[in-house]
Amino acid sequence: MDPVLLVASIMVSATPILLAALGEMVVEKSGVLNLGVEGMMITGAVMGFAIAVSSGSPLLGFAGAAVSGAVLSLAFGFLTQYLLSNQVATGLGLTLVGLGLSALIGSNYEGQRAPALGKLDIPLLGDLPVLGRMLFSHDIMVYVSLALVAAVWAFLKFTRAGLILRAVGEDHASAHALGYKVVRVRLAAIAFGGACAGMGGAYVSLVRVPQWTEGMTAGAGWIALAIVVFASWRALGVLIGAYLFGGVTVIQLNLQAAGTTVPVELLSMSPYLITIIVLVIISARGAQGAPASLGRSFHASS
Amino acid sequence: MADTLLSIRGLTKAYPGVVANDTVSFDIGKNEIHALLGENGAGKSTLVKMIFGLVKPDKGEMHLNGEPYQPGKPSDARRSGVAMVFQHFSLFDALDVAENVALGMETPPPMRDLARQIREVSETYGLPLDPYRVVGTLSAGERQRVEIIRCLLQNPRLLIMDEPTSVLTPQEVEILFRTLNKLKAEGTSILYISHKLEEIRTLCDEATILRLGKNVGTCTPREVTARQMAEMMVGSSFLTPEPKAGAKGEVLLRCEALSLPAPGAFGTPLREISLEVRAGEVLGIGGVAGNGQDELLMALSGERLAPQGAIWFKGRDVSRDGPSLRREAGLLTGPEERLGHAAAPNMSLTENAVLTAGQRKGLVKNGFINWIAAQDFADHVIAKFDVRTPGASVAARALSGGNLQKFVVGREIEQNPDVFVVNQPTWGVDAAAAAAIRQALLDLAAKGAAIICISQDLDELMEISDRFGALNEGRLSATRPVADLDVEKIGLMMGGAHDMEVAHDI
Repeated sequence: MDPVLLVASIMVSATPILLAALGEMVVEKSGVLNLGVEGMMITGAVMGFAIAVSSGSPLLGFAGAAVSGAVLSLAFGFLTQYLLSNQVATGLGLTLVGLGLSALIGSNYEGQRAPALGKLDIPLLGDLPVLGRMLFSHDIMVYVSLALVAAVWAFLKFTRAGLILRAVGEDHASAHALGYKVVRVRLAAIAFGGACAGMGGAYVSLVRVPQWTEGMTAGAGWIALAIVVFASWRALGVLIGAYLFGGVTVIQLNLQAAGTTVPVELLSMSPYLITIIVLVIISARGAQGAPASLGRSFHASS
Repeated sequence: MADTLLSIRGLTKAYPGVVANDTVSFDIGKNEIHALLGENGAGKSTLVKMIFGLVKPDKGEMHLNGEPYQPGKPSDARRSGVAMVFQHFSLFDALDVAENVALGMETPPPMRDLARQIREVSETYGLPLDPYRVVGTLSAGERQRVEIIRCLLQNPRLLIMDEPTSVLTPQEVEILFRTLNKLKAEGTSILYISHKLEEIRTLCDEATILRLGKNVGTCTPREVTARQMAEMMVGSSFLTPEPKAGAKGEVLLRCEALSLPAPGAFGTPLREISLEVRAGEVLGIGGVAGNGQDELLMALSGERLAPQGAIWFKGRDVSRDGPSLRREAGLLTGPEERLGHAAAPNMSLTENAVLTAGQRKGLVKNGFINWIAAQDFADHVIAKFDVRTPGASVAARALSGGNLQKFVVGREIEQNPDVFVVNQPTWGVDAAAAAAIRQALLDLAAKGAAIICISQDLDELMEISDRFGALNEGRLSATRPVADLDVEKIGLMMGGAHDMEVAHDI
C-alpha cells in the first residue's frame, strides 16, 4: 500500500490519544491520578460534535469540547482536592458519568454529519514531493497537538510554574512547607488535562469518523492512561507512545482490509495487546519516574 | 550592645500541659557560633521555631541588630536575614539540585545563572556540589549541602542549624565545621543546636543550656569540660533516689555480649551489650537519643534476631525466636514510635489490641478472632488506663499522642508479661498520665515482673528504676544501683567514657 497515505493516516489516528495522554501526563505530574480520561473524552466528543453541528464551525466545536472537558474534570478536582475523595474511585466514576452524559446529549445527533475541518494549505512545505502530502497537508488540530507536545515539554523543563508543578507532584508536603498552593496548582493541572481530553474526544467525532455514535471513543482514554506510564511521564515519550499505538491501529486495519489469513479478532486486539506488552516490559524495569505523590490526597493539616 | 546580633528576652511559649519555653533570654553575638544545648524535650526546637517565625511566642521579645524582630512567618525571617537548615530536609528527590534551590528562594534568577551561583558558593565554602545532579542520588551530607547553599545564596546574617551532624559521617562533619568556621570569619552568626558535647566544644564560642524549657546557664564551651556541660544539661534538681526495698527474684532476662550491626545507614550498631534483670526489678536505661535505644528494643522484641546465645529468657536461649514466640513466652515490648510501630494508625483500637494480645489473651482461636473478647479487652485497657477516646472502634491515629501511649503501654501491661521492655513510656504524655503509667510499671514489677525501661527522661528513670545504665554509641555502661548515683556519675555514664577522661572509674 501507499506509504504516504499510511503515515498520513497514522498521524490522524494518533492525534486523539496524543491530546488526551498529554493532558493526563500534566495532571499526573502534579500528583493527581485522574482515571476519568475516557469520560472526559467522550463528553468532549459529543459536546464538540453538537456545537460544531449547530454553529457550523468545527473550530468552535473544539473550543467547546475543551471547555466541557475542563468543566467535567473540575468536578473531579472539587471532589478529590477539597472533599479528599479517593482519586481512583472518583476517576472511575467520572468515566461512567461521562459515558452516560454523552449518550444522553448525543441521542439527537446520531446520523448527522459534522462540518468538515479543512486541511491546512501550507505553502512551500505542502508542495514538497512526498513529504508534502505525508506530513504537511493535515488539518490544524494535528499541528496543534504536536505544538502542544513541545509546549508542555518546554513548560515543564524551563519555566518556574512548571518547576512548581513538578515539585507539587513529587512531595506535596514539602511544597506546601515552602509556601506553594498545592490544591490550586493541582486544580489548574486537572483542568488542563480535562481540556486536552475533551479536544482529543472532539477529534474523534469531528475528524476521524466524523459523526456521533454512542461510546465512540472505544477505550481511547484508557490507552491514553497507559501511554502516560509508557512514556515515563515525559512529553516526547507520550508522542512516541501515541504514534506507536496509532500506527499499530492503522496497520491492523489495513491488514484486515487486505484480507490476510490472520483472524480479524486477533488483529483488532493487536493495538491493545502491544500496549500491554510494552507496559509489562517497561514496568519490569521498575517505575520509571512516576511522581512520588501520585494519587495521594493532600490536606494542609496532615 | 554593638556586638549583639540577636537578643532574646523573656521568650515564653506554652503548649497545653507543658511549658516548652519559660522566659528564655540570651544574646547571640556577631561573628559567633552559639550553641544551644539541651536534652530532647528541653525546648530547643520550639525556641528556634520562634526565631524562624514558625511558632509565635506567647510572651517576650526579640531584637535583631537592635531593632524589634517579630517574624510572623518564615519568609519574614528570611527577609530579615535569618536562615535555617532543618534536621529533616525538605527536598524533592526527583528534582535536581538547582531546581531544589530555586524552589526555596523568593525570587530565583534564571536557571543558568543560578547553577553558576551554586557552583561559586559551593567552591568558596568547600562544599562540592553539582547543580545538575538529581537530589535522590545524593548522600545525606550532600543533601544537607543543598539546604545550606539554599540558605547561603540569600546572604543570611544568622544561620540556624538544627542538629546538623546527626545524619553525617565523621568526614562530612569535618567538612561542615570548616564551612561554618569560614562563614563565621565572614561575619555570619550561627546558632548551632546539638546535644553532642564534644562537637560543641570544638566548634562553638558560646553555649546556652536549656533544661525543661528554662535557660539554666551559659558557658564558654572551650573553657569547660564535657562533663560540666553534661551536668548542666542533666541538672542537679532531680530527686535523690530512694533505695527501693524488696528482695529481687531470679534472673528473668539476660543478654550476653549482644552485638548487632546497624539496621540502616543511620542506625546504631549494638556493641557487646550485657545486662540482666531480675523478677521484681526495674532496670532503667538512659542515654542521649540515637545511641542504640531503638536498636536494643528491636533486638529484645525479636524484630531483629540476635546471634545464638545472646538473649536468654527464663534460662532459655530465645535469640533466634521471632516476636510472636517471645510474646507467647511472656517477653513483651513497647516501642517508642507510637504510630506505625506500636500501633497501626488506620486500624481501630480493638484491632490494635488483637495485634499484640491475640495469643496471650486468647483472642484468637483456630485462626478466627473472637471479636467480643477483643472488644472487652480493649475496653478494659481503655477504662483501666483512662484512655480518652469515644470508644474502642476509633482508629489509632485519631487519638492524641498521650492517649495512644496510654493505650499501647496498657495493652502490654494488661497481658501480665514476665518481662516488659518499654522505650519512652511517657514521651509526650501529660504529667498526670505519665505518673499513672509509671505507677503501672511499678505495680507490674511488684507483681514479680522484670522491667527494662528505656527513656530520655532521667527524672523518670531515677524515680522508678532499681538499677541504671546508659547507652552510648551502642554500648551499655555497667549498670549500677540508682541509690549510688549522683549527677556527676550519670553525666559521665551518658557521655560515655571514651570522650571523657579515660581513666575515670565508674
